[in-house]
Amino acid sequence: MSRSAPFPTSAPFPTSGAAAPVAVAARATELSKVYGQGETRVVALDAVSVEFRRAEFTAIMGPSGSGKSTLMHCMAGLDSLSSGSARIGDVELASLNDRELTRLRRGRVGFVFQAFNLLPTLNAIENITLPMDIAGRRPDQAWLDQIVATMGLSARLTHRPSQLSGGQQQRVAVARALASQPEIIFADEPTGNLDSRSGAELLGFLQESVPALRQTVVMVTHDPVAASYADRVIFLADGRIVDELRGPSADAVLDRMKAFDSKGRTN
Amino acid sequence: MLRTALRNVFAHKARLVMTALAIILGTAFVSGTLIFGDTAGNAYRNVSAKNYRGVAVLVTANEGIRAPGDQHRTALDERLADKIRALPGVASVRPSATGYATIADKKQRPMGEEWQSLGADFTPGKDGKDSRYPLTSGRGPAAADEIALSTKAAADGGYRLGDRVRFAIDGPVLTKKLVGTVDTTDPRVTSGGTLALFDTATAQRLYSGAGSFSEFSVGARPGVDDVELTERIQRMLPEEKASAQSGSELARIQADEITMSTRSLTKSLMVFAGIALFVGAFIVANTFTMLISQRRREIALLRAVGASRRQVVRSTLVEAAVLGLLASVAGFVLGLGVALGLRPLLNSTGAHLPDGPLIVEPASFGYALVIGVVVTVLSAWLPARRAARVAPVEALSEIDQAPAQRSLVVRGVIGAVLGGAGVATMFYVATKTSSEGINAGMAGSALVLAGAAVLAPLLSRPLVTFAGKGLARMFPASGRLATRNALRNPRRTAATASALMIGLTLITGLTVLGHSATLGVDKMMERQGLTADYQVSSEGGWGLGKDAAGRLSAVPGVAAAVPLRTVGVDLGSDAGGLTGTDVSNLGKVAGLRFTSGSAEAVRAKNTIAVSEKTAGERGLRTGQRLKVTYNGDESGAEDEKPGRAKGPKTATYTIGGIYTDNEVVPKAFVSLATIASHVNQPSLANERILVKAEPGKASGLADKLRSALGSNPLVKVKDQSVLRAERSGSIGDILNMTYGLLGMALVIAVVGVVNTLAMSVFERTREIGMLRAIGLARRDVKRMVRLESVMICVFGAVLGIVVGGFLAWSGGHLVKSSFPAYEFGLPWPRIGLFLLIALVVGVLAAVWPARRAGRLSPLESMGVQ
Repeated sequence: MSRSAPFPTSAPFPTSGAAAPVAVAARATELSKVYGQGETRVVALDAVSVEFRRAEFTAIMGPSGSGKSTLMHCMAGLDSLSSGSARIGDVELASLNDRELTRLRRGRVGFVFQAFNLLPTLNAIENITLPMDIAGRRPDQAWLDQIVATMGLSARLTHRPSQLSGGQQQRVAVARALASQPEIIFADEPTGNLDSRSGAELLGFLQESVPALRQTVVMVTHDPVAASYADRVIFLADGRIVDELRGPSADAVLDRMKAFDSKGRTN
Repeated sequence: MLRTALRNVFAHKARLVMTALAIILGTAFVSGTLIFGDTAGNAYRNVSAKNYRGVAVLVTANEGIRAPGDQHRTALDERLADKIRALPGVASVRPSATGYATIADKKQRPMGEEWQSLGADFTPGKDGKDSRYPLTSGRGPAAADEIALSTKAAADGGYRLGDRVRFAIDGPVLTKKLVGTVDTTDPRVTSGGTLALFDTATAQRLYSGAGSFSEFSVGARPGVDDVELTERIQRMLPEEKASAQSGSELARIQADEITMSTRSLTKSLMVFAGIALFVGAFIVANTFTMLISQRRREIALLRAVGASRRQVVRSTLVEAAVLGLLASVAGFVLGLGVALGLRPLLNSTGAHLPDGPLIVEPASFGYALVIGVVVTVLSAWLPARRAARVAPVEALSEIDQAPAQRSLVVRGVIGAVLGGAGVATMFYVATKTSSEGINAGMAGSALVLAGAAVLAPLLSRPLVTFAGKGLARMFPASGRLATRNALRNPRRTAATASALMIGLTLITGLTVLGHSATLGVDKMMERQGLTADYQVSSEGGWGLGKDAAGRLSAVPGVAAAVPLRTVGVDLGSDAGGLTGTDVSNLGKVAGLRFTSGSAEAVRAKNTIAVSEKTAGERGLRTGQRLKVTYNGDESGAEDEKPGRAKGPKTATYTIGGIYTDNEVVPKAFVSLATIASHVNQPSLANERILVKAEPGKASGLADKLRSALGSNPLVKVKDQSVLRAERSGSIGDILNMTYGLLGMALVIAVVGVVNTLAMSVFERTREIGMLRAIGLARRDVKRMVRLESVMICVFGAVLGIVVGGFLAWSGGHLVKSSFPAYEFGLPWPRIGLFLLIALVVGVLAAVWPARRAGRLSPLESMGVQ
């Protein structure tokens, strides 16, 4: 499988928003998340403001407890906000109830988790089309074929998750996230359970889906190498954005992380 | 290890309760039945002991059949009483004149059963009281126009002191003034009957003849052997006209009857208790299997730190034993309630059980505990052995991996062998027409049921897949997910459904049998041609005077009232019943079809029509002469109270026609004029009168018919549905009671479904979280659980209905031997109802698990926080 061009550049797919290259897919403004009360009060996010631009691959990094996962959960409509605002496109998440959030996740958001992405009872293609099934939509067959072919899953479509390797399972998960053409994909440590070769392969797919499909991807990771695939890296510490890096290399990311670590220790 | 087991029991209280519920219900049934048996037996014994208290010897007059108006006397008179009183050892002789009296209530309807409507004399002592019948209000009857009633009869009938009570004994309606109400210990009255008391002279006139009695109760002095006294009294009695029985013998006979009837009742209740426990065992086994697969890692850890296989097994069994013990205790407590509830339940179906205190024997408690614990431990045995097979290395594996599904091949082979043997046996049974196949039928049924239970996991795949296709079309996402979940663990799905299957097999089997019997009766009635709308008859043939048919046909709305009089005759060679009837109207109440000759020909005097069967047996043809011998006794007539034939002993009739066999006139019939000279007693004029209503006037005619005959309480008016019910026996009642009892098994099965679903939701928490994250709404999550539940339940119901239907079809041939009218038929509306119930049960069982699943938040259930 060639890693150089998994997606054709002359995309036959609709590339919405092409006319506005700096359009924002999602935005957090003064976003705070507080757990507990009184003595057990923990501020997980402290007035975070950030934009995720369309067709950009953003990595969120930070030591554990920095709030990077919480930021992703709040932005994805999986968790509620304590204050501030989180928007996907022009939709304010804070104003949505559970049913509306569910519909938003179903229609406009794609997810890739670290593990347990797939239903063991469904085969690969059924897992890929699950969000469309849930929404009662017919999948775009040409689009589906393209994604499946690109992910190298054509021969595995009728396999159950238990018959797939870890890398294949994660590729099915990415295919599922892409299949419904969401406005934004959130990936939570997608390579956390993979060996380095499978991980690299998966990150390559994610990376190249961004320019080719004008797909917006936000990935939480603690792995500098994974982060180096992104266009932009945001560093979180203690619930605040402390730094940002564009066009990162693994070494640059690692240096920054080390800097925070030492800062954290000296604190 | 014991501590581990106990911790496990109490760790999940909700699950504990759910599992325990299956055992609780089973043991409640067992202990309830035992307690009920003891209670009912004790109550009966109390009643009978009271009844014969102080009676050393009972002397009864032997009466022949006595017609009304017969002036006769029994052999028991005051002179004989005095002679017995003079015997050494005799303390007292109480003569009484007793019989039956049917009382009409204020609405002119007869009260009580025939044999429970007693009449007797009130014998006051010097204080004006009768110790046998203590007064509850008013005074005892002292004049010919006075009557006293048992307290309950007066209340039920709506009579107050001073009212005139309508009743009949063997003929016309009598009325007397109510002067008092009394208590009695007679079991026939206390279990739902009535008692009417008269002064001695009146009772003698009504029952035993002036100056004579129907029985003497003899009291003995202390220390006198009542058997010896009985022999001495017996020697004094005129031969064949009276007999003496000792009080101890009477009490023994009654006690034996009581023991037999309560034992058979307890036995049949125990069958249901057994079914409930059997179903419960499925639930326990299933629960423990699920528990152990959830705890694999924990068990592996125990094994890794050095627990032996045996310790793992023992720990599981101890857990089961503790659960069984707790459940049995709770079940016993619930059983007390069951025992209390059974009496009104059984009484409502027509059993007349006496009242009495609840008898709780320690043995009942012991049985409940032993049965509950043993069933639970045995049910947990196989799952426990499976637990022991968990390898220690599983504790170390990084990923939670479900144990590989074991192959279903072995199971399939075993199931096929069991089921095949069962089906073969049942086909063999189906060829049997006598009851000799009953044991084979039982064994075959058990094999078929066992085979179906073993094969259920294999059957679940095609059936659930098929159902899933339809569901996936209706609910694209949740339907498909539910189907896959139901297929995920076929053993679990099947075990859960099996509990339901067993209940529905029994319910369906019984329903099909009942339906087929009713169907047979309907067809028989059609074939045998009883087309009348009402049958009017009376107790003992009394109460229907010669003019009764005329009075009934005068009622507006009546098209024809046809009297039937049957006397025993010899038709050529052997005995048979000859019916005298209104030949010209007989066709209106019975579907008569003549194969030769005609009804018109039989109208003429001294002509006879014979049934095809009778003609065939004797080689009779129309136009032949037939010699008929009147027996002058009651032989020959079946089910009919015959008139006593008098007049010429033999007669020769011309055969006017031969008709196809007919239930109304089974052997042969002649005109009323022809038979008249052979039936002289006016009161025996008619055995029954069949009434045909004018079109559209049939409903509500019963009361008019009754009042046309002076509202005599002896008169019975039965409509078509009652006649039908009489012929199909008490199948309907039995069926209804069985539904109630099998409902228990159904409840236990539902508990099993709830249990399985709750466990499944718990196991699939992560999956549900992921589904919620990618956009499955709460509503859809709930629907997914609900659909899985419905599929499990309907799967169990379909299996049960198929198996039950098959068993009823094959076993029905055995019924046919004792119930020839039986015709196999499937009650489709009922079967549809059962499927609907299974559907509703599925929805209800899923309420709680679905709500739990719906509440899961995506983040928490995926374990990311």
